[in-house]
Amino acid sequence: MIKGKVWKYGDHIDTDVIIPARYLNAPDPAELAKHCMEDIDLSFAGNVQQGDIMVGGWNFGCGSSREHAPVAIQASGISCVIAASFARIFYRNSINIGFPILECPEAAAAISAGDIVSVDTKTGVITDETTGETFKAAAFPAFIEKIIESGGLLPYLREKKG
Amino acid sequence: MGMTMTQKILAAHAGLEEVRAGDLIEAKLDIVLGNDVTTPVAIGVFEKAGFTEVFDREKIVITLDHYTPCKDIKSAELCVTARNFAHKHGITHLYDVGNVGIEHALLPEQGLVGPGDCIIGADSHTCTYGALGAFSTGVGSTDMAAGMASGLNWFKVPSAVRVELKGKLRPFVSGKDVILHLIGEIGVDGALYKSLEFTGEGVAELSMDDRFTIANMAIEAGGKNGIFPVDEETREYIKDRFGREPVVYSADDDAVYEKTVTINLDELEPTVSMPHLPSNTKTVKEVAGLHIDQVVIGSCTNGRMSDLRAAASIMEGKKVADNVRCIVIPATQQIYLDCLKEGIIETFINAGCAVSAPTCGPCLGGHMGVMAAGERAVATTNRNFVGRMGHTESEVILASPATAAASAIAGCVAVPGQE
Repeated sequence: MIKGKVWKYGDHIDTDVIIPARYLNAPDPAELAKHCMEDIDLSFAGNVQQGDIMVGGWNFGCGSSREHAPVAIQASGISCVIAASFARIFYRNSINIGFPILECPEAAAAISAGDIVSVDTKTGVITDETTGETFKAAAFPAFIEKIIESGGLLPYLREKKG
Repeated sequence: MGMTMTQKILAAHAGLEEVRAGDLIEAKLDIVLGNDVTTPVAIGVFEKAGFTEVFDREKIVITLDHYTPCKDIKSAELCVTARNFAHKHGITHLYDVGNVGIEHALLPEQGLVGPGDCIIGADSHTCTYGALGAFSTGVGSTDMAAGMASGLNWFKVPSAVRVELKGKLRPFVSGKDVILHLIGEIGVDGALYKSLEFTGEGVAELSMDDRFTIANMAIEAGGKNGIFPVDEETREYIKDRFGREPVVYSADDDAVYEKTVTINLDELEPTVSMPHLPSNTKTVKEVAGLHIDQVVIGSCTNGRMSDLRAAASIMEGKKVADNVRCIVIPATQQIYLDCLKEGIIETFINAGCAVSAPTCGPCLGGHMGVMAAGERAVATTNRNFVGRMGHTESEVILASPATAAASAIAGCVAVPGQE
C-alpha cells in the first residue's frame, strides 16, 4: 500500500518539462531527480517527500522517448503517478522500470494538490483520505503485472530465461 | 474481421495468423535503434540485468547524433560508453562523427530499414520509417536493452485512425503542413496508442521526403506509429539501398478503423504550430508579421534534400534579416554533400545562414542554437513545448522549410511565395 501527499499537474505534461534535455547528459537517477519538473514547478525537487504521489491530467508524459523522465520522477521519491491518461512511451517506460502508474480519469479530476492519498496498486483502488472519496483504476493485464512484480522488463526476461 | 496494415506486420512478426486491437503479443524485431542519449542508459540496464551478448550484431544501430560533435564533457562520456559497447559486441552499424547523420534521415538513406520491417528505436521519432511501409515505433532505453538482448519486444496491438488523403499539394505547401494540419485537427492525443494509417489517392502525390516528414510526427498526435502503403515511389526509393527483400503488406478491405479523417491536400495552406503544443495550429497568414529572433532549418523532421532545396529556392539571392540568426543543418553527410554539389550550401552561406554538420542539437535545446528568455524561433523541428529550444520563456513556432526560409528573409513570420 502506497500513501503520500499529492503533487498535482495539468494536461499534456511533456517529458521536456519532467526532465529538460539540458540535463540528459548526466543520466544518473539522483542527478536527474534534482531537476525533475523544474521548468514548470521550481518548488518540486526541493520539497518532494519520499512516498509522495504525482497526479496529472490527460496525455501525461507526452513527447520524447526519454526513460530519464519516469526515472527522474521515481528517483525524486514519488511512489506512483495517477493520470487521466498516459502517453504511450511514458507508459511503457514506467512499466519497464517497475514504476507503478495508474490510469484513472475520475481520480485525476477529483484529487487536489496537497491531499493525502493512498493507493493499492494490486487492486487499483485509490482513496483520497482528505476528502474520503475512493476511485478504481483499471487493473494491469497479468503479463504487465508480472513485469512490475519482477522489478522491470529486464529482470522479468532474466527470470523467464531462467 | 480484417486487419490494418500495422496489424498484419505485427501478426507476421509474432508468428500469428491474426491479431486484434488490444492483443498483447511478442514480436520479432528487424532493427533495434538507439542514440547517444538513450543508448548509454540501455547499456546500463542490459549489463545490470546480467546480459553479456546481443541477439544479432548486425540488427542493432547506434547513432551518436544528439549532442555531437560533443557539446561538453558529460556528453562526450555518453559517447564513450556507447562506442565501447559497440566495439565490444562488434556492432556493425555504429555511426559516429564524420559519418553520422540524424538517425531518422540516416537509416532509410543507408537502406537499413524497409517495407514490412518491425522496428523499435529508443527515440520517439522512430515512427518515421512507417513512410516506407514498416511498423516502426519509439520506445525507451529498457525496451532497447530488451531488444538488444532478445531480438523481441512486447506490443499491445493498436487500433487505427485512417487518414484519407485526396488531391494534390499546392506550391509552397509540403508534408509538414499536412501533418501540422492533421495534429491541429485531431489533437496531441488524437491518435493515442493508435496507428495513423495514411491512404487515398493523395498518397501518390507525396514525395518520399514528404511521407517521412508526415510519419515522423505521428508521435506528436500520440500515435504508436504512422504508416504509408508501399507504391512505386517507395520501390524507387529503396531500389539500390535496401539490402533485404522488402515484404509488402496492405490493409484488408474490411480492416476496422476507429475513425477516418479526410484531408483535401489542395485545400491546405502553409501552416504553423504556435507555442507550446504541436496541436496549436494556425495558417501562416493568420500569424504573419510576428517578430522572430531565430530560424532553424533541419532535424529528423525536415533536414532532407527536398526540404533544403525548398528553403534554398526561397533564399536564393536574398539576405537573412538583420534581426534573425538562421541555422541550417543538413540531416546527413550525404545530404550535406549533395547540397554542396547543387550549390545550395553556397546559397545559404551567401544569404547569411550558419550551416552545421548533422546534429539534433537545437531541436531539443541541446546545443547549436539554444535560445534566451524572450526569444522566439520559427523552426522546421517537431516540438514546441515549454523550454524545448532553451529558456522556459523562449518560444518555438513549428513550420515547413518554405515558411521557415521566407520568415528568415522577412525577419518575421512570413507566408512563403509572398516574400
